[in-house]
Amino acid sequence: MKKKKLTIAVTGLNNTDNPGPGVPVIRGLRESEYFDVRVIGLAYENLEPGIYMKDLVDKTYQIPYPSSGSEAFLDRIKYIHSKENLDVIIPNFDAELYSFIKAEKELADLGVRTFLPTLEQFDERAKSNLPKFGEKYGIKVPFSKTITSYADINNLRNNFDYPLLVKGKFYDAYLAYNPEQVINHFNKITAKWGVPVIIQEFIRGTEVNVVALGDGKGNTIAAVPMRKQYITDKGKAWGGITIGDENLVALTKKLIAETKWRGGMELEIIKNVNNEYYLIEINPRIPAWVYLAVGAGQNIPEALVRLAIGENVQPYKSYDIGKMFIRYSYDMIGDISQFEKLSMTGEL
Amino acid sequence: MEKLRYERPVINKIKAGVPDKFGMNTKIKIMPEIEGIPVKDIINKYGSPVFVLSEPKIRETYQEAHRAFSSRYPKVQFAWSYKTNYLDAICKIYHDEGSWAEVVSGFEYDKALANGVPGSKILFNGPDKNDEDLLKAIENSSFIHIDHFDELYSIIRLTKNTDKKAKVAIRINMDTGIYPQWDRFGFNYENGEAWNAINRIMLSENLDLVGLHTHIGTYIMSANAYAVAASKLAELAVRTNRKFNHNIKYIDMGGGFASKNTLKGAYLPGKDTCPSFDDYAEAITSALINSEIAPDNLPILFLETGRALIDEAGYVLGTILANKRLSNARRSTIVDIGVNMLFTSFWYEHEIYPAQECSLQTEDTAIYGPLCMNIDILREAIQFPLLQKGDHVVIPRVGAYNMTQWMQFITLRPNILLIDRDKNIQIIRKKETNEVFKQMERVPDHLK
Amino acid sequence: MKIKSNIAVSDNGFVFDPNTGDSYNLNNTAAEILQMLKSGKEETEIIKVFAKKYDVDETTFEQNFYDFLGMLNHYNLVEENRG
Repeated sequence: MKKKKLTIAVTGLNNTDNPGPGVPVIRGLRESEYFDVRVIGLAYENLEPGIYMKDLVDKTYQIPYPSSGSEAFLDRIKYIHSKENLDVIIPNFDAELYSFIKAEKELADLGVRTFLPTLEQFDERAKSNLPKFGEKYGIKVPFSKTITSYADINNLRNNFDYPLLVKGKFYDAYLAYNPEQVINHFNKITAKWGVPVIIQEFIRGTEVNVVALGDGKGNTIAAVPMRKQYITDKGKAWGGITIGDENLVALTKKLIAETKWRGGMELEIIKNVNNEYYLIEINPRIPAWVYLAVGAGQNIPEALVRLAIGENVQPYKSYDIGKMFIRYSYDMIGDISQFEKLSMTGEL
Repeated sequence: MEKLRYERPVINKIKAGVPDKFGMNTKIKIMPEIEGIPVKDIINKYGSPVFVLSEPKIRETYQEAHRAFSSRYPKVQFAWSYKTNYLDAICKIYHDEGSWAEVVSGFEYDKALANGVPGSKILFNGPDKNDEDLLKAIENSSFIHIDHFDELYSIIRLTKNTDKKAKVAIRINMDTGIYPQWDRFGFNYENGEAWNAINRIMLSENLDLVGLHTHIGTYIMSANAYAVAASKLAELAVRTNRKFNHNIKYIDMGGGFASKNTLKGAYLPGKDTCPSFDDYAEAITSALINSEIAPDNLPILFLETGRALIDEAGYVLGTILANKRLSNARRSTIVDIGVNMLFTSFWYEHEIYPAQECSLQTEDTAIYGPLCMNIDILREAIQFPLLQKGDHVVIPRVGAYNMTQWMQFITLRPNILLIDRDKNIQIIRKKETNEVFKQMERVPDHLK
Repeated sequence: MKIKSNIAVSDNGFVFDPNTGDSYNLNNTAAEILQMLKSGKEETEIIKVFAKKYDVDETTFEQNFYDFLGMLNHYNLVEENRG
């Protein structure tokens, strides 16, 4: 079969100890049976490792942070499109999704396809809306409250037992054992992501995650559950294994069917000692461990691109149980000349 | 030989892990004119700093907002929020467009009367209304929005001595799913206080309950919160009708619509996240239309939005006073616009634009006002182009609150100009002089 | 003011300090000044050249120039044994 040639731009090349999904997404695309891809990296920072991975990324462009405004952001994407003729963009950061969702139509008019949740889906599953979300779809969620100031911290003892989780709007979650620690985490999080900060009941149990893909019509195209086996001190999975928990897959399918979820997603779930499943968070994008799903037989990045370009995609029926990922770090050798080129021209 | 265009020399350290716009040739937006009039000409003639308001923009925004609501709902009435900007010229533009007046003090109430607004088109809000204010409002058939039981009983007491019925509404606070929940104004919905207040009013002969009012907060980015609020007010209207066979004539959704300014602490710029009038209108009107209120009894929908109507129409123009280096070599730029006149810089990350062509290079800069006061900061950190002393800058979206909340501190307040529909510049508030302040001061004899 | 001899300046304005591993970018005027300094031109001479070549008066340029030299000094790009 002749593979279809596509140019695909990918963000999230920060394959660091808090990895973005860009590199694993690209690996999935590189292994595609359907596509022969030219990969354009979109980088926010000049030391994102993916920029320097020449086997994976054909060319990288720097892009401005979404916080600098959609105008500057879109201008840059349009410039890149004029050079590279992009077919598809796969954004991989929570913080940039809003801007991409808003720009979806404008990008489509230029011929650049995305496959993202709708703004309603995106807002509905926001961390601060999780209690409502749980209620609406009949899923257990930990009790949580949104706070915006120090004053709220003192009142937390009315609703919470310590320890509790302190979470940022987009990223970051810290466990706090007392109000002093909450203040500490509150400061850290607001400096980075602003208010509100979400305080969440801490549920004891086993952390399990599902990476999934919805086609926007209610069908689950792919769903692979994983249990974290090794967790870094930043709370990131550094090793994990696919598991055959049918309840998890059923829960995922129910969610996708009812929300008509469009695009990639990650469900973070805690299974407590009574075998109850608590939905902790829904990430509205492909997670960094997606390559495990590829390895287990469900090439989610590939399926997402096929949906983006309007192909009819049949749901994956199975995945291999007991596939493991073991993350490792690896030192590449770069040169100041690469850094110079990226810094001075914004391209490499 | 023609000289080359000069750009001041700049060196930037490239930091790992910090995004760098250097290679991307980001365009720097400049604002050389306001409504087609060069900033330089305005400053030369009227001084620096100077506020400029655009009448065409005010009218255009008002009409856009009005259209958003009136195309979805049969009975819509705006009331201009005086506290947002109570310059007489500005109020008169809104009244000319059809707005009533929404006031929160005796001072504002008298201002509205003086602007030619009949008492029967004034909504009187706020926790501070003394007996004199209330009597005047009763006599003039204004709509009194009751904030607390003390006020309610004051009105009951005052109406005993007059043959006029007081037209009243109550202000209601509630949980609309947003934070912080404003519960200091009005009567609470969830704990039944609002319903108690309604009952008390319905039992009193001299009070006519005409409306229900809420104002859920300020800078509300979620249109849905208004839908929740409208549903709750509609529910109270239905209950009132059921128990007393009494129709509520209007529902006042207050204000609080966001403008496109970016709040401090927000990750995305306000321009990208601010809901449109259509978003708010859709949420509010569909909640009312879908409520149990009988279609024949649909109340008039009052709106008191201030900020979203006028923020965009106001600009402040200023001048670079100096550039300096801080101890860590960061650039700081001092402009002649201080927090004394730009109160909103305490909660917005105001955009600041050069008013003339400038270099493409930017530097991480702190922008300070001219006051000898450490808190006088317009922007803590902004990527700002390299301007020279004497260059002009424009800060857009300052139409709301600044011209009412500003203070005479350290220096005098500047001219406020209006660019009218024929592009003429009119002074609508003269810059202050020492004389103005001297007039109000008295020096005791022994200090003379 | 003398620029440290091993500081590398590319034509595009990229500066690499091999002593510290830090790198910097310069705009065109800054790159031109740095090249002049590297080639041993006196400060007064540079001011004259610039005022003649560019659309800028001497006072303004002098002010910007010394601000820039201050930044070079801040970033430790100049020889310390300057008299």
